[in-house]
Amino acid sequence: MNIHEYQAKTILKKYGCNVLEGVMIDDVSQAKKAGEKLGGPIWVVKAQIHAGGRGKAGGVKLAKSLDEVEALSKEILGKTLVTHQTGPEGKEVRKLYIEDGCDIAKEYYVAVLVDRATDQITMMASSEGGVDIEDVAENTPELIHSIQVNPVVGLAAFQARELAFKMGMTGKIVHKAVKSLMSLYAAFVATDASSAEINPLVETKQGEVLTLDAKMSFDSNALYRHPEIMELRDLSEEEESEIEASKHDLAFIKLEGNIGCLVNGAGLAMSTMDIIKICGGEPANFLDVGGGATKEKVTEAFKIILKDPNVKGILVNIFGGIMKCDIIAEGVIAATKDLGLEVPLVVRLAGTNVELGQKLLQESGLNIIAAKNLSDAAEKIVKSVKEL
Amino acid sequence: MSILVNASTKVICQGLTGSQGSFHSEQALAYGTKMVGGVTPGKGGSKHLDLPIYNTVDEAVSRTGANASAIYVPPAFAADAIMEAADAGIELIICITEGIPVLDMVKAKAFVNQTSSRLIGPNCPGVITPDECKIGIMPGHIHKKGKIGVVSRSGTLTYEAVAQLSEQSLGQSTCVGIGGDPVNGTNFIDVLELFNADPETEGVIMIGEIGGTAEEEAAEYIKSQFKKPIAAFIAGSTAPPGKRMGHAGAIISGGKGTAEAKFEALMAAGCEIARSPGELGIAMKKALTN
Repeated sequence: MNIHEYQAKTILKKYGCNVLEGVMIDDVSQAKKAGEKLGGPIWVVKAQIHAGGRGKAGGVKLAKSLDEVEALSKEILGKTLVTHQTGPEGKEVRKLYIEDGCDIAKEYYVAVLVDRATDQITMMASSEGGVDIEDVAENTPELIHSIQVNPVVGLAAFQARELAFKMGMTGKIVHKAVKSLMSLYAAFVATDASSAEINPLVETKQGEVLTLDAKMSFDSNALYRHPEIMELRDLSEEEESEIEASKHDLAFIKLEGNIGCLVNGAGLAMSTMDIIKICGGEPANFLDVGGGATKEKVTEAFKIILKDPNVKGILVNIFGGIMKCDIIAEGVIAATKDLGLEVPLVVRLAGTNVELGQKLLQESGLNIIAAKNLSDAAEKIVKSVKEL
Repeated sequence: MSILVNASTKVICQGLTGSQGSFHSEQALAYGTKMVGGVTPGKGGSKHLDLPIYNTVDEAVSRTGANASAIYVPPAFAADAIMEAADAGIELIICITEGIPVLDMVKAKAFVNQTSSRLIGPNCPGVITPDECKIGIMPGHIHKKGKIGVVSRSGTLTYEAVAQLSEQSLGQSTCVGIGGDPVNGTNFIDVLELFNADPETEGVIMIGEIGGTAEEEAAEYIKSQFKKPIAAFIAGSTAPPGKRMGHAGAIISGGKGTAEAKFEALMAAGCEIARSPGELGIAMKKALTN
């Protein structure tokens, strides 16, 4: 789960990071008041969307008067920002964060995440802050420093100092930066984050260390023990069909194609998308109904697929292990009777209770195209959709 | 021979009295797995599926001599169950549970690493040596005894691979699901090393997916040390970046972990690549005849 910059800063502040004063607004009428509250003389108006690269896309701007705060708020609110993380369709700005300005002397990068290669928490730091870290990793990887954290001890102060020195810090700044790094790590662990990033961490001309921009995302497996983080979820940032699917405990991701997929198991669901593409079609979604799906869950999954106006055909691909093919067949029959079916439907069943499942489908009298294996299923659905 | 489990593996189930543990243990018993007991804290002394229940893994091990454990406890308690099994000296811990918080696994993995136990999973279908021992949730009847080793990050996609192997009359020595989570106990290289040393395994099919770099690391190992024919497939060529594709570990982030990079690494290592998931069995057959 992702959150906004202003929310991440609230969390980081709680754990000891220095942040600037700021006010979140979602309407232009609040802009001047927010600016007055902060006092000036300079302000930064920042678009709040769940994607990086906002600055380059014109979503972060400096204001030198209250009038300018209002004018810029008007300009950015409601605008669709296209960044390297939003996809070509972009994201509409629904919230702004009006923040105090500061005198930047130098910018750094710091992040915490779980390193899959070592199975440990890793802290990364770089002297190259304020830019796209992927570019730094690509062009000057020697400028990114990382340390592994012992899960029993946690981040040790000497490790944070080491990173500060490696970033090229000297004097009093080192100790202030160490405090920020320790706070970032504490926030990461306490909230079960999957990544926490400060980019940039700045050194000001007055000698302070500030968290100027922050991004956090959280492990959805751990949200059950963090109701306070759950409350930060912004549904307007998520795809409507994906929200609906999550209510029914279905793993669903909307894609751009026209062939809807209903599959059990994440690996098989990805493979089903892949083989559709290989056969010359385009998948409309990723959908894993999970291991123990009921007839009702299959019906809900069908509803979500059919709501997408792009869908011109559906492929059901089930390899029954725990999942029984007859349950899937019952779900498919119930859903198609309930919702009506105007697009071609190819069903491939294998595994537990396959004969029973196929028999139910045959006897249903529905217009279902049976497939004998994965390749056959993909070829049949792509062909049917092309013939429409 | 086979790897990890065989007819003499003595298995307990942590969470035997729960609905998942109960259902799959019944299936395992029917398959012929040598189940010797179960662990449910507070229910020690009772019986379930005609198996003795113990309060702790330690007690179960000392009473039954169990050397493997299947874990089906809910995600909030699963990391603790893994550590308990490791502490009790269980040689092979297979954790089926899906949805364990990542930071819990970071700690559990560090704990297991200090013992001599091996952890498979979590979020995996388990391990099966056909006709001998089935620990996990895979449908036993699709497997055939034979000489192909199977290692995979996925569940149902592994069944797909097994079915396609059987279609080509290629039976399996052992099938290992290493799981779809970012932090797991056993990786591709660990399993490939075991298959490399197993005289009965003549070839291996490896099934990876997007996210992380485990497949690239495996490719390095294959190139330098693996001696047997190997076929490989990577799921997720069509997955968009930044989205978690069902499995917690299946995500392309910062341009890393793409299917294309993994395919390339495996091809460079000399693997027979199946570009289509419909050609897993055919690719294995090709790898064997080349």
